[in-house]
Amino acid sequence: MDSSKTKPKTGNRKPKTALDRLDRAILNEIQSHFPIESRPYEEVGRRVGASEAEVIRRVQTMYETGVIRRIGANFTSRKLGYASTLCAAEVAPEKLQLFVEVVNRYPGVTHNYLRRHRYNVWFTLIAESEERVREILTEISQATGIEVLSLPAQEIFKIKVDFPV
Amino acid sequence: MLTDVEKRVILALQRDLEVVPQPFQALAERAGVSEEEALAAIRSLKEKGYIRRFGATLRHQLSGFEANALVVWIIPPAELSRVGKKLAGHRAVTHCYARPPAPGWPYNLYSMVHGKSPEEIRALAAEMSKDIGIADYDILFSEAELKKTTMRYFS
Repeated sequence: MDSSKTKPKTGNRKPKTALDRLDRAILNEIQSHFPIESRPYEEVGRRVGASEAEVIRRVQTMYETGVIRRIGANFTSRKLGYASTLCAAEVAPEKLQLFVEVVNRYPGVTHNYLRRHRYNVWFTLIAESEERVREILTEISQATGIEVLSLPAQEIFKIKVDFPV
Repeated sequence: MLTDVEKRVILALQRDLEVVPQPFQALAERAGVSEEEALAAIRSLKEKGYIRRFGATLRHQLSGFEANALVVWIIPPAELSRVGKKLAGHRAVTHCYARPPAPGWPYNLYSMVHGKSPEEIRALAAEMSKDIGIADYDILFSEAELKKTTMRYFS
């Protein structure tokens, strides 16, 4: 079902970069159905009614304006032998900068959010083994004096990162 | 098991795809395989579940989903699976995970909720709460993105 046709217009909620109908059609295709074939943008063009050159031009522009963060693969870290966890910490305002600096230094910290809660810093950590995850968390606690809650997934019900636009 | 070609392609996929007419050709060159081999390997990695998703990732702040919150729930263990599946069925929920509770932290079900505004997220959470029959929840609105990047495997 194509929800973009039935959704009411939210004029005051427009993204900073105005996307037209063709941009949106392209985004929906390359988010969820990126063609794994030699000329993917030609195929996208066929689906949305535009030339390959026009699709590429639009995609490049949306990359430059920051609408598209990246194009590529998301891996199942566990299948590649990696361990992952969600971490939470209660960090006092005066320690926030140090804590975030220490945590963000690790390449395996892929997402980190400040949240409005007693537990105000939430980050995800991926590492090559359970042992390495524990090691990193100990290092963080030692460097900052802050305890970190580790909340590894026990069951995954949904991961969806596509947005209808 | 991964084939040699698959392993090379995984390494080459640590970089983003270029926006060019034949992006898989460029990737294949980096992997030292032919374009056909690279395409076949990506399809097979997707099928076997090594690649969870292939495509564009948007900055949702720019695409109109400005607010996001982690909504955490306390679910009786016996109901966890049923409730988790039900929450996952909600459109606004993009991620839904069960995680064991920790000392001082009783929540065991996590749902990532995206919406146009905090008010919308509050309303969505109330709706979900009614739907699953669980009143014990908390909403953790995101105030700032401190880091967001893509994992580089085998590097």
